[in-house]
Amino acid sequence: MVTWVFAEATERGPGEPALEVLSEAASHGEAIAVYLGEASDQALAVLGAYGASTVFKLTGGGDLPAAAAAAALAELVEREAPAAVLFAQTYTSRDVAGRLAARIDRPVISNAVDVAIDDGYAVTSEIFGGTQLVRTAFSGPGPHLVLVRPKSFSAEERGGTVNRVEEYPLPDAGHAGSPQVVDTTVEQAEGPQLGSAKVIISGGRGLGSAEAYSLIEDVAEPLGAATGATRAIVDAGWVPYAKQVGQTGKTVKPEVYIACGVSGAMQHLVGMKDSKRIVAINKDPEAPIFSVADLGVIGDVHNVLPRLAEELRGRD
Amino acid sequence: MQVLVCVKQIPDPASPSLLDPDTNRLVRPPEQVLDDTDRYGIEVGLQLAEQTDGAVTLLSMGPTGTMQGVRQALAMGADKAVLVDDPALEDSDALTTAKVLAAAARREGFDVLVTGVESTDGYSGVVPQMAAELLGVPALTFARRVEMDGPDLRIERQTASGFDVVLSPLPAVLSVTAGAVEPRYPTFRGIMAARNKPVDTLTAADLSVTSDPGQRIVSVAPAPERQAGEVVEDGGTGHLRIVEFLESARII
Repeated sequence: MVTWVFAEATERGPGEPALEVLSEAASHGEAIAVYLGEASDQALAVLGAYGASTVFKLTGGGDLPAAAAAAALAELVEREAPAAVLFAQTYTSRDVAGRLAARIDRPVISNAVDVAIDDGYAVTSEIFGGTQLVRTAFSGPGPHLVLVRPKSFSAEERGGTVNRVEEYPLPDAGHAGSPQVVDTTVEQAEGPQLGSAKVIISGGRGLGSAEAYSLIEDVAEPLGAATGATRAIVDAGWVPYAKQVGQTGKTVKPEVYIACGVSGAMQHLVGMKDSKRIVAINKDPEAPIFSVADLGVIGDVHNVLPRLAEELRGRD
Repeated sequence: MQVLVCVKQIPDPASPSLLDPDTNRLVRPPEQVLDDTDRYGIEVGLQLAEQTDGAVTLLSMGPTGTMQGVRQALAMGADKAVLVDDPALEDSDALTTAKVLAAAARREGFDVLVTGVESTDGYSGVVPQMAAELLGVPALTFARRVEMDGPDLRIERQTASGFDVVLSPLPAVLSVTAGAVEPRYPTFRGIMAARNKPVDTLTAADLSVTSDPGQRIVSVAPAPERQAGEVVEDGGTGHLRIVEFLESARII
């Protein structure tokens, strides 16, 4: 069984979510990576280490390469007939998967938290805010297309090397491929990142104002924690989207997740409920966040957080 | 310019969701509401039409047998709606939905087809990209800011680390995030006017689309539940309890 995994280049080589899917695929058989972007020797070595036996390098394609990448993938899957193409559910991969599905007229299943590679790629996904697990089987011919939520699998190095690299220049996608990126802005600050930090401290509507987000940062600093946010305060413009945790933001699984003034809407729970330990601070004893918290403190974040920050600083 | 906005009627998210245990289908209550996240797309569509002296047509796919959510969307100011409401679409997946919307868009003609990023009830998050592919146009996805720049559309596209400014010719598909704009509230006049706005009701056959989901639900089971742990009143010492907890977890 040959499974293809689509991976995009980031500033630091292959993206972590794709490596998670790649190492899972490689643990069940042969895995082939389709890599979009600048494929340095180092990037190829990383793909090999996480289990890719072959890499198809997709090069070129303009500023928004999804249309061209989908066109190239459609040609490649026609020629090579893989059983499945798995994608990590990130921005560009989502665009490529959707376009490819339409192009080859095959369904794509999104939001997978597990893929049974040995069982026809049956997909497990969460519905109703993660309270129910649905298992969906493909009923038509392949290739089966799946979008996998980040952090569903752990990225494990397998110590392999790539033994075949094929370069595939992307075709001209015409009008569909014509948008241009005229400027790029990085909003995410330096320091601990949501994807890798051991501790994450997040703020929600209960902070009351954009200024109060500094209470979160004051606790994060002595803990070396990454800072997160709910969709509500991102939509309100208090903090940048890069901090958003939840269904439409990032999925995180830290050792400890500290939710401050977060009610626990389904949207948010989906992104953080698999954290190893959860602490919640909220003045509403009925807040749903308490039903998933290992430790809940009923109190006002404006009182609790400054005391917590001071206590932690005193220990340094 | 001709602006189309995709909207979805969904079961009220405030009431509990249920699956039919025999069919594993979502039990759809007779009355459905406008998906709240569609209000951002409607607002963007209305603003684009206002700036260009254009018109806004809503596109919606059932099967719902109801029009309440579409009327809510019309009340915000759209000119008319096309509703594809057909029991044959009961098992539609994302691709079938995209085929219906793309066929309806082709029928209406468009400069911009606006959608949300994903629906609140299904959240597959791939319908805009699929529709763009079927229509052969750019997919400007995850837009958090939208404006016209001469004949082109200029957007800020969300990325994992920030955003890109993207310039695109039209026609194009545009998916907007919640927070892109502040959706207007329907006025009383708007609500009254919405009752008489034209809603064109079509079937899948009218658009030559057949539904073949290519997938089936095998099982539905409750997810392992997290147990609620200890809950304490702050009482001035809550922070010390958190410090103890972090110590026991070997974080500090």
